[in-house]
Amino acid sequence: MEIRGDVLLAILGMALVTYACRAGGYAVLRAVRPPAFVEAMLRHLPGCLFVAYCAPPLLAGALPAWFGALAVVLVQVYLRNIGVAICAGVAAVWLGQWALG
Amino acid sequence: MSERMKITFTRHGVLRGARASLPLWIGMVPFGLVIGVLADAKGLTFLEAVLMSAIVYAGAAQLLVLELWTDPAPILAATIAAFVVNIRMAPMGAAMAPWLDKLRGWKLWGTLATLVDHSFALAVAEQRQGGRDAGYLLGVGVGLWVAWVICVGLGHLGGSLVRVPPGHPLFFASVAAFVSILVPLWRGPRVDLAPWVVAGCVAIAAQRAGLPMPLPLLCGTFAGAALGAWLELRGRGVAR
Repeated sequence: MEIRGDVLLAILGMALVTYACRAGGYAVLRAVRPPAFVEAMLRHLPGCLFVAYCAPPLLAGALPAWFGALAVVLVQVYLRNIGVAICAGVAAVWLGQWALG
Repeated sequence: MSERMKITFTRHGVLRGARASLPLWIGMVPFGLVIGVLADAKGLTFLEAVLMSAIVYAGAAQLLVLELWTDPAPILAATIAAFVVNIRMAPMGAAMAPWLDKLRGWKLWGTLATLVDHSFALAVAEQRQGGRDAGYLLGVGVGLWVAWVICVGLGHLGGSLVRVPPGHPLFFASVAAFVSILVPLWRGPRVDLAPWVVAGCVAIAAQRAGLPMPLPLLCGTFAGAALGAWLELRGRGVAR
Protein backbone atom coordinates (compact mmCIF):
# COMPACT_ATOMS: atom_id res chain seq x y z
CA MET A 1 0.00 0.00 0.00
CA GLU A 2 2.17 2.84 -1.23
CA ILE A 3 2.54 5.36 -4.03
CA ARG A 4 5.49 4.70 -6.36
CA GLY A 5 7.42 7.56 -7.95
CA ASP A 6 6.76 6.64 -11.59
CA VAL A 7 3.05 6.07 -10.93
CA LEU A 8 2.82 9.39 -9.07
CA LEU A 9 4.44 11.21 -12.01
CA ALA A 10 2.01 9.60 -14.49
CA ILE A 11 -0.96 10.55 -12.30
CA LEU A 12 0.32 14.12 -11.84
CA GLY A 13 0.87 14.43 -15.60
CA MET A 14 -2.70 13.27 -16.24
CA ALA A 15 -4.10 15.60 -13.55
CA LEU A 16 -2.16 18.58 -14.90
CA VAL A 17 -3.28 18.25 -18.53
CA THR A 18 -6.84 17.44 -17.43
CA TYR A 19 -7.02 20.62 -15.34
CA ALA A 20 -5.46 22.51 -18.25
CA CYS A 21 -8.31 21.27 -20.47
CA ARG A 22 -10.96 22.25 -17.92
CA ALA A 23 -9.63 25.64 -16.83
CA GLY A 24 -7.49 26.50 -19.85
CA GLY A 25 -10.45 25.92 -22.14
CA TYR A 26 -12.41 28.57 -20.26
CA ALA A 27 -9.47 30.99 -19.99
CA VAL A 28 -8.26 30.66 -23.60
CA LEU A 29 -11.36 30.00 -25.70
CA ARG A 30 -13.07 32.98 -24.04
CA ALA A 31 -10.27 35.33 -25.09
CA VAL A 32 -9.21 34.04 -28.51
CA ARG A 33 -10.92 32.02 -31.22
CA PRO A 34 -8.75 29.22 -32.62
CA PRO A 35 -8.67 28.73 -36.42
CA ALA A 36 -11.88 27.20 -37.80
CA PHE A 37 -10.10 23.96 -38.74
CA VAL A 38 -8.79 23.48 -35.18
CA GLU A 39 -12.24 24.21 -33.73
CA ALA A 40 -13.82 21.65 -36.05
CA MET A 41 -11.13 19.08 -35.19
CA LEU A 42 -11.76 19.60 -31.45
CA ARG A 43 -15.42 18.79 -32.04
CA HIS A 44 -14.52 15.56 -33.86
CA LEU A 45 -11.75 14.44 -31.49
CA PRO A 46 -13.79 12.60 -28.79
CA GLY A 47 -15.89 10.47 -31.14
CA CYS A 48 -12.94 9.48 -33.33
CA LEU A 49 -10.84 8.68 -30.27
CA PHE A 50 -13.33 6.22 -28.80
CA VAL A 51 -13.94 4.60 -32.19
CA ALA A 52 -10.17 4.20 -32.69
CA TYR A 53 -10.01 2.58 -29.26
CA CYS A 54 -12.95 0.20 -29.74
CA ALA A 55 -12.32 -0.92 -33.33
CA PRO A 56 -9.34 -3.29 -32.77
CA PRO A 57 -10.81 -5.18 -29.76
CA LEU A 58 -14.21 -5.47 -31.47
CA LEU A 59 -12.55 -6.92 -34.55
CA ALA A 60 -10.51 -9.34 -32.43
CA GLY A 61 -13.46 -10.25 -30.18
CA ALA A 62 -15.49 -11.58 -33.13
CA LEU A 63 -19.21 -12.38 -32.85
CA PRO A 64 -19.71 -12.26 -29.03
CA ALA A 65 -18.07 -8.80 -28.92
CA TRP A 66 -20.41 -7.58 -31.66
CA PHE A 67 -23.40 -8.90 -29.69
CA GLY A 68 -22.09 -6.99 -26.71
CA ALA A 69 -21.61 -3.75 -28.64
CA LEU A 70 -25.10 -4.03 -30.12
CA ALA A 71 -26.60 -4.54 -26.64
CA VAL A 72 -24.72 -1.50 -25.32
CA VAL A 73 -25.92 0.72 -28.17
CA LEU A 74 -29.55 -0.43 -27.83
CA VAL A 75 -29.61 0.17 -24.06
CA GLN A 76 -27.94 3.56 -24.44
CA VAL A 77 -30.33 4.68 -27.18
CA TYR A 78 -33.42 3.74 -25.12
CA LEU A 79 -32.30 4.32 -21.52
CA ARG A 80 -29.32 6.72 -21.75
CA ASN A 81 -27.70 5.07 -18.76
CA ILE A 82 -24.00 4.15 -19.04
CA GLY A 83 -24.13 1.81 -16.04
CA VAL A 84 -27.02 -0.30 -17.32
CA ALA A 85 -25.49 -0.27 -20.82
CA ILE A 86 -22.15 -1.66 -19.55
CA CYS A 87 -23.94 -4.43 -17.64
CA ALA A 88 -26.06 -5.31 -20.70
CA GLY A 89 -22.93 -5.45 -22.88
CA VAL A 90 -21.07 -7.77 -20.52
CA ALA A 91 -24.15 -9.99 -20.18
CA ALA A 92 -24.52 -10.19 -23.99
CA VAL A 93 -20.85 -11.18 -24.44
CA TRP A 94 -21.30 -13.79 -21.72
CA LEU A 95 -24.39 -15.20 -23.46
CA GLY A 96 -22.66 -15.05 -26.85
CA GLN A 97 -19.58 -16.94 -25.63
CA TRP A 98 -21.78 -19.53 -23.95
CA ALA A 99 -24.05 -19.98 -26.98
CA LEU A 100 -21.16 -20.23 -29.44
CA GLY A 101 -19.43 -22.45 -26.91
CA MET B 1 -33.02 43.60 -16.63
CA SER B 2 -29.65 43.71 -14.91
CA GLU B 3 -31.32 42.53 -11.70
CA ARG B 4 -32.82 39.55 -13.49
CA MET B 5 -29.47 38.59 -15.05
CA LYS B 6 -27.61 38.80 -11.73
CA ILE B 7 -25.53 35.67 -11.18
CA THR B 8 -25.15 34.44 -7.60
CA PHE B 9 -23.12 31.74 -5.86
CA THR B 10 -24.87 30.47 -2.74
CA ARG B 11 -24.59 27.52 -0.38
CA HIS B 12 -28.18 26.75 -1.29
CA GLY B 13 -27.18 26.46 -4.97
CA VAL B 14 -24.29 24.14 -4.15
CA LEU B 15 -26.54 21.88 -2.06
CA ARG B 16 -29.22 21.84 -4.75
CA GLY B 17 -26.58 20.81 -7.30
CA ALA B 18 -25.30 18.06 -5.01
CA ARG B 19 -28.85 16.74 -4.60
CA ALA B 20 -29.36 16.84 -8.39
CA SER B 21 -26.26 14.66 -8.78
CA LEU B 22 -27.69 11.82 -6.65
CA PRO B 23 -29.69 10.03 -9.41
CA LEU B 24 -26.55 10.05 -11.56
CA TRP B 25 -24.70 8.06 -8.90
CA ILE B 26 -26.51 4.91 -10.07
CA GLY B 27 -25.06 5.34 -13.53
CA MET B 28 -21.56 5.95 -12.17
CA VAL B 29 -21.36 2.92 -9.90
CA PRO B 30 -20.56 0.24 -12.53
CA PHE B 31 -18.22 2.58 -14.41
CA GLY B 32 -16.30 3.44 -11.23
CA LEU B 33 -16.18 -0.23 -10.25
CA VAL B 34 -14.76 -1.10 -13.69
CA ILE B 35 -12.00 1.50 -13.24
CA GLY B 36 -11.22 0.22 -9.76
CA VAL B 37 -11.05 -3.43 -10.83
CA LEU B 38 -8.94 -2.52 -13.88
CA ALA B 39 -6.57 -0.40 -11.78
CA ASP B 40 -6.08 -3.37 -9.47
CA ALA B 41 -5.53 -5.75 -12.42
CA LYS B 42 -2.88 -3.40 -13.82
CA GLY B 43 -0.99 -3.43 -10.54
CA LEU B 44 -1.92 -0.02 -9.09
CA THR B 45 -2.14 0.09 -5.31
CA PHE B 46 -5.33 1.20 -3.56
CA LEU B 47 -3.83 4.60 -2.75
CA GLU B 48 -2.65 5.10 -6.35
CA ALA B 49 -6.07 4.22 -7.77
CA VAL B 50 -7.87 6.53 -5.34
CA LEU B 51 -5.37 9.37 -5.86
CA MET B 52 -5.77 9.12 -9.64
CA SER B 53 -9.56 9.24 -9.36
CA ALA B 54 -9.47 12.13 -6.89
CA ILE B 55 -7.16 14.48 -8.81
CA VAL B 56 -7.74 13.43 -12.44
CA TYR B 57 -11.50 12.81 -12.01
CA ALA B 58 -12.19 11.91 -15.64
CA GLY B 59 -13.58 8.40 -16.19
CA ALA B 60 -12.97 8.00 -19.91
CA ALA B 61 -9.38 9.25 -19.63
CA GLN B 62 -8.65 7.00 -16.66
CA LEU B 63 -10.13 4.01 -18.47
CA LEU B 64 -8.05 4.62 -21.57
CA VAL B 65 -4.82 5.24 -19.65
CA LEU B 66 -5.31 2.10 -17.54
CA GLU B 67 -5.84 0.08 -20.73
CA LEU B 68 -2.46 1.37 -21.98
CA TRP B 69 -0.82 0.92 -18.56
CA THR B 70 2.63 -0.69 -18.34
CA ASP B 71 5.18 -1.21 -15.60
CA PRO B 72 7.06 1.13 -15.10
CA ALA B 73 4.24 3.65 -15.49
CA PRO B 74 3.90 5.14 -19.02
CA ILE B 75 4.29 8.76 -17.88
CA LEU B 76 4.34 10.38 -21.33
CA ALA B 77 1.73 8.10 -22.93
CA ALA B 78 -0.62 8.57 -19.94
CA THR B 79 -0.27 12.34 -20.09
CA ILE B 80 -0.84 12.51 -23.86
CA ALA B 81 -3.80 10.12 -23.69
CA ALA B 82 -5.43 12.09 -20.87
CA PHE B 83 -4.98 15.30 -22.84
CA VAL B 84 -6.48 13.89 -26.04
CA VAL B 85 -9.51 12.44 -24.22
CA ASN B 86 -10.13 15.52 -22.09
CA ILE B 87 -9.66 18.21 -24.70
CA ARG B 88 -13.41 17.82 -25.20
CA MET B 89 -13.90 19.61 -21.87
CA ALA B 90 -12.21 22.80 -23.12
CA PRO B 91 -15.32 24.13 -24.92
CA MET B 92 -17.49 23.26 -21.87
CA GLY B 93 -15.80 25.85 -19.68
CA ALA B 94 -16.19 28.44 -22.41
CA ALA B 95 -19.90 27.59 -22.75
CA MET B 96 -20.34 28.11 -18.99
CA ALA B 97 -18.91 31.63 -19.28
CA PRO B 98 -22.23 33.39 -18.44
CA TRP B 99 -21.97 31.92 -14.92
CA LEU B 100 -18.20 31.61 -14.57
CA ASP B 101 -17.44 35.20 -15.62
CA LYS B 102 -19.10 36.41 -12.40
CA LEU B 103 -16.93 34.22 -10.15
CA ARG B 104 -13.47 34.93 -8.72
CA GLY B 105 -10.74 33.01 -6.94
CA TRP B 106 -11.46 29.50 -5.63
CA LYS B 107 -15.10 29.67 -6.65
CA LEU B 108 -14.05 30.06 -10.30
CA TRP B 109 -11.00 27.78 -10.41
CA GLY B 110 -12.51 25.24 -8.01
CA THR B 111 -15.70 24.99 -10.05
CA LEU B 112 -13.63 24.45 -13.19
CA ALA B 113 -11.70 21.65 -11.44
CA THR B 114 -14.95 19.69 -10.91
CA LEU B 115 -16.33 20.21 -14.43
CA VAL B 116 -17.41 16.91 -16.04
CA ASP B 117 -19.80 15.91 -18.83
CA HIS B 118 -22.71 15.28 -16.45
CA SER B 119 -22.33 18.48 -14.43
CA PHE B 120 -22.02 20.44 -17.66
CA ALA B 121 -25.17 18.84 -19.07
CA LEU B 122 -27.19 19.48 -15.89
CA ALA B 123 -25.91 23.06 -15.63
CA VAL B 124 -26.84 23.81 -19.25
CA ALA B 125 -30.36 22.56 -18.54
CA GLU B 126 -30.47 24.68 -15.37
CA GLN B 127 -29.26 27.77 -17.27
CA ARG B 128 -31.91 27.30 -19.96
CA GLN B 129 -34.58 27.21 -17.23
CA GLY B 130 -33.37 30.60 -16.03
CA GLY B 131 -31.12 29.34 -13.22
CA ARG B 132 -28.57 31.93 -12.11
CA ASP B 133 -26.95 30.34 -9.06
CA ALA B 134 -23.48 29.27 -10.25
CA GLY B 135 -23.07 27.21 -7.07
CA TYR B 136 -25.25 24.58 -8.74
CA LEU B 137 -22.44 23.64 -11.16
CA LEU B 138 -19.96 23.16 -8.31
CA GLY B 139 -22.55 21.19 -6.31
CA VAL B 140 -23.16 18.68 -9.10
CA GLY B 141 -19.42 18.37 -9.77
CA VAL B 142 -18.51 17.76 -6.12
CA GLY B 143 -21.43 15.36 -5.61
CA LEU B 144 -20.30 13.21 -8.53
CA TRP B 145 -16.67 13.47 -7.42
CA VAL B 146 -17.52 11.90 -4.04
CA ALA B 147 -19.39 9.05 -5.77
CA TRP B 148 -16.54 8.56 -8.22
CA VAL B 149 -13.77 8.25 -5.64
CA ILE B 150 -15.85 5.88 -3.47
CA CYS B 151 -16.78 3.60 -6.40
CA VAL B 152 -13.22 3.34 -7.72
CA GLY B 153 -12.00 2.56 -4.20
CA LEU B 154 -14.65 -0.15 -3.78
CA GLY B 155 -13.86 -1.57 -7.22
CA HIS B 156 -10.18 -1.80 -6.31
CA LEU B 157 -10.97 -3.57 -3.03
CA GLY B 158 -13.36 -5.95 -4.81
CA GLY B 159 -10.85 -6.56 -7.60
CA SER B 160 -8.22 -7.77 -5.18
CA LEU B 161 -10.70 -10.19 -3.60
CA VAL B 162 -11.86 -11.84 -6.83
CA ARG B 163 -9.38 -12.84 -9.54
CA VAL B 164 -10.90 -12.78 -13.03
CA PRO B 165 -9.24 -15.03 -15.67
CA PRO B 166 -8.13 -13.43 -18.99
CA GLY B 167 -10.77 -13.54 -21.75
CA HIS B 168 -13.58 -13.32 -19.20
CA PRO B 169 -16.66 -11.38 -20.41
CA LEU B 170 -16.09 -8.86 -17.59
CA PHE B 171 -13.16 -7.47 -19.55
CA PHE B 172 -15.64 -6.39 -22.20
CA ALA B 173 -16.80 -3.79 -19.66
CA SER B 174 -14.17 -1.25 -20.72
CA VAL B 175 -15.02 -1.56 -24.42
CA ALA B 176 -18.70 -1.38 -23.43
CA ALA B 177 -18.04 1.82 -21.51
CA PHE B 178 -16.49 3.45 -24.57
CA VAL B 179 -19.24 2.23 -26.90
CA SER B 180 -21.84 3.69 -24.52
CA ILE B 181 -19.97 7.02 -24.46
CA LEU B 182 -20.08 7.01 -28.28
CA VAL B 183 -23.89 6.86 -28.45
CA PRO B 184 -24.61 10.42 -27.21
CA LEU B 185 -21.64 11.71 -29.26
CA TRP B 186 -23.21 10.54 -32.55
CA ARG B 187 -24.48 13.58 -34.46
CA GLY B 188 -25.79 11.70 -37.49
CA PRO B 189 -24.26 9.92 -40.48
CA ARG B 190 -23.58 13.09 -42.48
CA VAL B 191 -21.30 14.53 -39.79
CA ASP B 192 -19.80 11.48 -38.10
CA LEU B 193 -19.96 8.40 -40.33
CA ALA B 194 -16.92 8.99 -42.56
CA PRO B 195 -14.63 10.31 -39.75
CA TRP B 196 -15.56 7.40 -37.44
CA VAL B 197 -15.01 4.77 -40.15
CA VAL B 198 -11.62 6.29 -41.02
CA ALA B 199 -10.65 6.52 -37.33
CA GLY B 200 -11.46 2.84 -36.80
CA CYS B 201 -9.80 1.60 -39.98
CA VAL B 202 -6.60 3.62 -39.47
CA ALA B 203 -6.37 2.40 -35.87
CA ILE B 204 -6.75 -1.23 -36.97
CA ALA B 205 -4.25 -0.78 -39.82
CA ALA B 206 -1.69 0.91 -37.56
CA GLN B 207 -2.06 -1.85 -34.98
CA ARG B 208 -1.65 -4.56 -37.67
CA ALA B 209 1.45 -2.70 -38.90
CA GLY B 210 2.93 -3.28 -35.44
CA LEU B 211 3.01 0.33 -34.20
CA PRO B 212 3.27 0.40 -30.37
CA MET B 213 0.43 1.77 -28.20
CA PRO B 214 -0.76 4.52 -28.07
CA LEU B 215 0.31 5.30 -31.66
CA PRO B 216 -2.51 3.35 -33.43
CA LEU B 217 -4.97 5.20 -31.23
CA LEU B 218 -3.51 8.62 -31.99
CA CYS B 219 -3.15 7.93 -35.74
CA GLY B 220 -6.77 6.79 -35.97
CA THR B 221 -8.08 9.67 -33.86
CA PHE B 222 -6.30 12.43 -35.72
CA ALA B 223 -6.94 10.94 -39.18
CA GLY B 224 -10.68 10.77 -38.40
CA ALA B 225 -10.85 14.21 -36.74
CA ALA B 226 -8.90 15.86 -39.57
CA LEU B 227 -11.24 14.31 -42.14
CA GLY B 228 -14.26 15.43 -40.11
CA ALA B 229 -12.95 18.99 -39.87
CA TRP B 230 -12.14 19.06 -43.58
CA LEU B 231 -15.59 17.77 -44.56
CA GLU B 232 -17.26 20.27 -42.24
CA LEU B 233 -15.39 23.29 -43.58
CA ARG B 234 -15.72 22.15 -47.21
CA GLY B 235 -19.47 21.70 -46.70
CA ARG B 236 -19.71 25.18 -45.25
CA GLY B 237 -17.82 26.61 -48.24
CA VAL B 238 -20.13 24.87 -50.72
CA ALA B 239 -23.29 25.92 -48.88
CA ARG B 240 -22.48 29.61 -49.17
